[in-house]
Amino acid sequence: MARITAGVATSHVPAIGAAIDLGKVAEPYWAPLFKGYEFSKRWIAAQKPDVVFLVYNDHASAFSLDIVPTFAIGCAPEFQPADEGWGPRKVPVVKGHPELAAHVTQSLVQSDFDLTVVNRMDVDHGLTVPLSLLFGQPKAWPVKVIPLAVNVVLYPPPSGRRCFELGKALRRTVESFDQDLNVQVWGTGGMSHQLQGPRAGLINKDFDQRFLDRIVTEPEALAATPHIDYVREAGSEGIELVMWLIMRGALAPTVKQVHRFYHVPASNTAVGHLILENPT
Amino acid sequence: MPLAKPYLDVPGTTIFDADQARVGYHLNMFCMSLMKAPNRERFKADQRAYLDEWPMSEDQKLAVLARDYNRMISLGGNIYFLAKIFSTDGQSFQNAASTMTGLTQQEYAEMMLKGGRSPEGNRSIREKR
Repeated sequence: MARITAGVATSHVPAIGAAIDLGKVAEPYWAPLFKGYEFSKRWIAAQKPDVVFLVYNDHASAFSLDIVPTFAIGCAPEFQPADEGWGPRKVPVVKGHPELAAHVTQSLVQSDFDLTVVNRMDVDHGLTVPLSLLFGQPKAWPVKVIPLAVNVVLYPPPSGRRCFELGKALRRTVESFDQDLNVQVWGTGGMSHQLQGPRAGLINKDFDQRFLDRIVTEPEALAATPHIDYVREAGSEGIELVMWLIMRGALAPTVKQVHRFYHVPASNTAVGHLILENPT
Repeated sequence: MPLAKPYLDVPGTTIFDADQARVGYHLNMFCMSLMKAPNRERFKADQRAYLDEWPMSEDQKLAVLARDYNRMISLGGNIYFLAKIFSTDGQSFQNAASTMTGLTQQEYAEMMLKGGRSPEGNRSIREKR
């Protein structure tokens, strides 16, 4: 049977992707950030997941304002890196897992989570930057990826509670899939940041540190945080953190934290990163 | 009954809600078109002519030509769509963000290096008064 073995949370700042692509990782500005992912690269090489459910948000790349799905699941065999205005990132094509995606979609809809099925979708930095952070610059990504795109662009995004419950349902359905697969769930985006208006540049280290604590120890209570608290405390784009709750919901109530990292700044953003393992 | 919008009380912040999205639809869809390289070339060759192909308001077009991102946002623009404009210009996200804050690029970059803008005094318009 398939099993969810671990969860990863990480920010997905586009400038991090540019730093990797342009060979700037050793520069003084970037070196401290990439140091925080050295453990993670060794960890993932040892874990060798077969499939990653990668929870991220599209940044007006695949979805314009013509169609705005709250939750969309990528069911295709592959996904091309998106051209976000400066040409596509030169990273490998992302290979999907259509059988598992179909299984999950059917059973999630039957569990009252009405996912939008997407069979053609380019994937932007929200999905490819986390892959680069964990896997570096391989010729092909060493894992199949099922993209789970969450709307956080058009307000309101789904509630933290809804995301947490979706994670729980995801765990049940993955564990009913009949192939022997090592599956991870990644939650991306955040942490505190605001990219727009006179308040741009907002960072709230206290909020972020508390979030990093609570998502491990009391995720159910954390999931009750209302949207306005994210906007006020973590910036208008800090609301992306609800996506981490899908990852956390997909793990056991008690998990083992094997890595935690926090760094300010990457461009406009506070970077947070966690690795959580399910009990075996 | 009108919808509750507690986020209207957050200073220096415009939440891209359903009303903003309705006003900004064509502005944002123009931005979206800049994801294709041939469109970027046509836009750069004659910005006004390219904008005139879109059913945007004159105010929206003038805000784009002036690269006034706060104004674009007040007219329904969303930052992830507007990012296609500054990417077309070859401007980084950090430099584009700085233009909305009243700081120079240098001052903004230094603020970020020192840990960013503090939430203290920036949580609520009412609290500030």
